[in-house]
Amino acid sequence: MAGLPEHLLRRSAEARAKAEGRDVEEVLAELKGEAPPAPEQETPAAAPEPAPAAPAPEPTPTRAAAPAPAAGPVRDLEAESTGLGVPVPLLRRAMEGRARKEGKPVPAMAGAAPAAATAAPATSAPAPAAPAAAAPAIPEGVTTQRLLTVVKAGAIQQVKSSPQDKVNVWPHLLAIEFVALMVVTAGLIVFSVFVDAPLLEFANFNEQPNPSKAPWYFLGLQELLSYFDPQVAGVIIPTFGLIGLAIIPYVDKNPAVKPSDRKLAIMIFSFFIFASAILTTYGSFFRGPGFNFSFPWVDGIFFDF
Amino acid sequence: MANGNGRVGLKERFAQAGDHIRTSQVWSSIFRPGSPFRHGYTDSPRNRSYVIMNNVLYHLHPVKVKRHAVRLSYTLCLGGLSFFLFILLTITGIFLMFYYRPTSPQAYLDIQALSTDVAFGQLVRNMHRWGAHLMVLTVFLHMARVFYHGAYKPPREFNWVVGIVLLVLTLLLSFTGYLLPWDQLALWAVTVGSNMGAYAPVIGDQVSFALIGGVQITPDTLLRWYVLHVLFLPFIIVVFMAVHFWRVRKDGGISGPL
Ligand code: HEM
Repeated sequence: MAGLPEHLLRRSAEARAKAEGRDVEEVLAELKGEAPPAPEQETPAAAPEPAPAAPAPEPTPTRAAAPAPAAGPVRDLEAESTGLGVPVPLLRRAMEGRARKEGKPVPAMAGAAPAAATAAPATSAPAPAAPAAAAPAIPEGVTTQRLLTVVKAGAIQQVKSSPQDKVNVWPHLLAIEFVALMVVTAGLIVFSVFVDAPLLEFANFNEQPNPSKAPWYFLGLQELLSYFDPQVAGVIIPTFGLIGLAIIPYVDKNPAVKPSDRKLAIMIFSFFIFASAILTTYGSFFRGPGFNFSFPWVDGIFFDF
Repeated sequence: MANGNGRVGLKERFAQAGDHIRTSQVWSSIFRPGSPFRHGYTDSPRNRSYVIMNNVLYHLHPVKVKRHAVRLSYTLCLGGLSFFLFILLTITGIFLMFYYRPTSPQAYLDIQALSTDVAFGQLVRNMHRWGAHLMVLTVFLHMARVFYHGAYKPPREFNWVVGIVLLVLTLLLSFTGYLLPWDQLALWAVTVGSNMGAYAPVIGDQVSFALIGGVQITPDTLLRWYVLHVLFLPFIIVVFMAVHFWRVRKDGGISGPL
């Protein structure tokens, strides 16, 4: 229990005291590992007489006893596990970790090696027997919870410790969003009042208009169709284009965000943007009947939105 | 308060009625603590936080954002506008659904009737069409803005990929909608567009078969694309948008400043 802030200890002591119907101070002392374990009335297996002077940190079959054996060179992890409600492997890992840190040998484990248990000074009862008796320490009908471990948020959560210059979303951001939304809605309504969506003649399977054009966002591809094999222009280029876009973050390993520090990336991306813009414009406005080249100001515009 | 001749003025009556409504149980059950509409709202830092925290908006916005993130010149609102256009398209689209039947020749006749017989029919149809084109544009520009800010760099790599999926879904939504008026423009633009997919090696025929329900577009294609357009694709895109917005927040809010 070392290293826990006092107020946290106290809070958990209060909670446990409430759950077990015991005195807060008593539980607190026990949590800190200061006082020897106090007797528990509701545990018949426990000795009725407290024996503070007992030389042996005997694994008394109460939850209270658990911190005590930690001091000794021999630890009965099984008993501690039942007492603390912490799985044995975790206890063992913690114990080994601490031993490594303090440069001490790993304490022997009573549960694992009975021989070690007998060798321990003044162990009166065979250790493996303890867990069975430990069970009834929690009163019936009481559910207890335990914080096993504190996991540091390191996954996708961004935890910033340094303070940042921040502003309230309300009203600053929401006001801007509201204005943007109003402007776009108004613009769209006004535009829609004056410009009608196209509706040509009824669909006729026998009469293909000349030229036939795809929707404008595909016209760059349609334009490519007049230079390349359909397999290349219609399939390979769009597929690789999409995959290429999607893997940008995994290919571009440069962590810089300043434009001056990522000139190559910007150049490559801009090249493709301009290329598709030019191809799209070309396919939209400079292609006439038969998808042949035509000047829009000479032959008219063959383009529908 | 009396106004000289012992009667209560109209203005006071309105004020009283307003107070009465705003202190009622119904009102305060709707507007949670911190709402600017709630009785006794004052402009305090605490209430500014509550406006967001006690609001469904809390799913989209944190209480505070970095100062530079509210500068219009950073995001240009492009992501937000793409989302807003999607909402607008949903609303106008539902309106259109009341008047549209995806069969031939009824589809064409319904669209015609929309511009002559239905109140605001032409206006709503225009808004739906221009809004759709605008959304393709804003999504595309949003992608460019994200690129030029380097906003796809760790930890935002995956959100960029989600964005690409959103881009494809946006194009598919637009493309499936293109067929629905069932006029010459719709039929042949979609024919040309989906013929490109048919060139895919090995699976080309299957792709075009699944898409248009046959080797060429037929009235059956209309029903198929209608369902994709009004139900399937919007459903999928909403799921991906949810992930997208969630990741924007979990990745530490808007990137930058540069
Ligand atoms: C339906 C389409 C989309 C919607 C509704 C949408 C919405 C949004 C919104 C509201 C934001 C918050 C910041 C801002 O407004 O710029 C955002 C951020 C972002 N979006 Fe999109 N987006 C869409 C498509 C895309 C596409 C096509 C990409 C890229 C391929 C993309 C990548 C990103 C990334 C990486 C961020 C984080 C940017 C940052 O932190 O500065 N999104 N998106």
